[in-house]
Amino acid sequence: MKAASVVDQPLVRRPLLRPALREELMGWLFAMPWIIGFLLFLVGPMLFSLYTSFTRYNIIADPRWIGLDNYQNLFFDDPLFYKSLSNTFWMVIVKTPLVMFVAISLAMLLNSDVPGGKFFRTIIYLPNVLSGIAAIFLWQFILAPNGLFNSALATFGIRGPGWFVDPAWTKPGMVLMGMWWIGGNVLIFLAGLKGIPRELYEAADIDGADGWQKTRYITLPLLSPTIFFEVITGIIGTFQIFTTAFILIGSKNAPVGELGQSMLFYVLYLYDRAFGKIGQGGFQMGYASAMAWVLFLIILIITAVQLWLAKRWVHYETER
Amino acid sequence: MTTSVVKANKSVFQDQAFFKRSYWSLGKIITLLLLLGVSILFIIPLLWMISTSLKEAQDLVGTRWIPTRLAWENYVDAFSFGMWPQWTLNTVIITVSSVIGQVISSSLVAYAFSRLRWRGRDTLFSVVLATMMLPSVVTMIPQFVLFANLPAFGFMGSKVWTNTFLPLIVPAFTGSAFYIFLLRQFMRGIPQDLTDAAKIDGAGELRIWWSVIMPMTKPALAVVAIFTFQGAWQDFMGPLLYLQSEKWYTLQLGLRQFEAAAGGSPAWHWLMAASLMVMLPVLIVFIVFQRYFIEGFNFSGLAGR
Repeated sequence: MKAASVVDQPLVRRPLLRPALREELMGWLFAMPWIIGFLLFLVGPMLFSLYTSFTRYNIIADPRWIGLDNYQNLFFDDPLFYKSLSNTFWMVIVKTPLVMFVAISLAMLLNSDVPGGKFFRTIIYLPNVLSGIAAIFLWQFILAPNGLFNSALATFGIRGPGWFVDPAWTKPGMVLMGMWWIGGNVLIFLAGLKGIPRELYEAADIDGADGWQKTRYITLPLLSPTIFFEVITGIIGTFQIFTTAFILIGSKNAPVGELGQSMLFYVLYLYDRAFGKIGQGGFQMGYASAMAWVLFLIILIITAVQLWLAKRWVHYETER
Repeated sequence: MTTSVVKANKSVFQDQAFFKRSYWSLGKIITLLLLLGVSILFIIPLLWMISTSLKEAQDLVGTRWIPTRLAWENYVDAFSFGMWPQWTLNTVIITVSSVIGQVISSSLVAYAFSRLRWRGRDTLFSVVLATMMLPSVVTMIPQFVLFANLPAFGFMGSKVWTNTFLPLIVPAFTGSAFYIFLLRQFMRGIPQDLTDAAKIDGAGELRIWWSVIMPMTKPALAVVAIFTFQGAWQDFMGPLLYLQSEKWYTLQLGLRQFEAAAGGSPAWHWLMAASLMVMLPVLIVFIVFQRYFIEGFNFSGLAGR
């Protein structure tokens, strides 16, 4: 029917440009919003920050070239840099595997044919729409020394720690709190699980495989691309923790003292150097830029290592 | 395309053989109980928040679930502090503009990457994908410097872009990598015949994008709109960096201001009331457009493959 209209209707307008050239031009025009944004808000700023990382710069006065001084100070004279780095690595190392394990387990539960699956899925995802700093306040309240959580522990005879008031427990508290927002990960894993053909499980049933064997030899390998994606994006996200710690540290937002320092994450420290209100002086844009580039390189290396490791454990069906 | 996605979902989620006796194995009962337990754990914090927001100050200590008296005045009290109406308006302006910008720009760009043939397209698309992996903190400082120097010509009473909504809105008009990727996947599924027919009828690319492609990608656009809405509504770091005057604060900044002024252990009932009010719009959007939230994750799931 459509082909017929080609014959019936001759072209009325003669195009200004040859169709192929026209399409070429249109492609660039349609992509222009992203190209402009890419150059203006990404490439330009990144190059500028690379430059400022070699300068002393406070926005008001022009940047002054100081060579590698910022990097040298960072690596050799800044204990807070190492403190923030180790706090951040602690979070990445503890939180990532835990989130993966819990999210995959919940996704597998949701993926079994029990009634009310949709209802449970909604409830588990619900906290994700309740994020923002309102939710951080909520958890601060729940994890208060005499709060709901510790009261619940007390009924089992466990004396709960002083989560966000004891430096040793701030990060575990944040991990615990983070579990409430696991719904997004669960839904992504669930989508991955739905993509695994049922016939594989049926074939395994015929061969007499038990539940663990099915998980180990079918589910996990076929889910591995999703796990890989989640691990990479999860790590990048965890490296950039900011708001939660910023709010927990409190309205004065001074990561000084042992309690504040236990939540001094990399981006928080970077923010503090750039815009901070603590004694460091603030508006040290050059120093903060150097920190940003160091973080970028760390993430780049970790991602590259993961891409390399992926060859050993990620299973792609399309690969032949 | 649209309908097929929805249909596929339905058939997957359909409970089969529900009425058969053999359907109920021990494993299933255990699974159900586990899910029930997890769901209770997940819903408790929200219920606790609602309960606390309706308590009087003397009820705050301990674990009483039902307040001795429902103190609805907490909401009025919380609302009477600060500039909530103004903060709400600011947040609505920023959020609505971001959603419009994100939907239009991401869809235009996705159109270029999926329905047009041009040299450099595939190379550029891999650059788009690569930017997804880029930590935003790398551009944070130079972007701040940029916006602190771009002239605003007195817009919102400011000489430069900082302390206006512009740094929070304008970047949304350049599209975001993840949404471009998502929409491109969706647009690739639309048969070429449809747009060819429109082309023969003399429609230009812009016309085809607007009247053929946009209507056909509505479910994906809804996903983009909803996630952008949520992101903008709950953004804290952006407003923290760019908005200094209290009257330009968003709800998130306002809530922090409220906490600093009225917060601390004795004022949890007010803080929870204020927090619930700030959360409510996103909660309503979730309840109304639930399907699109879930759909969005089905797309994200594809991203891993």
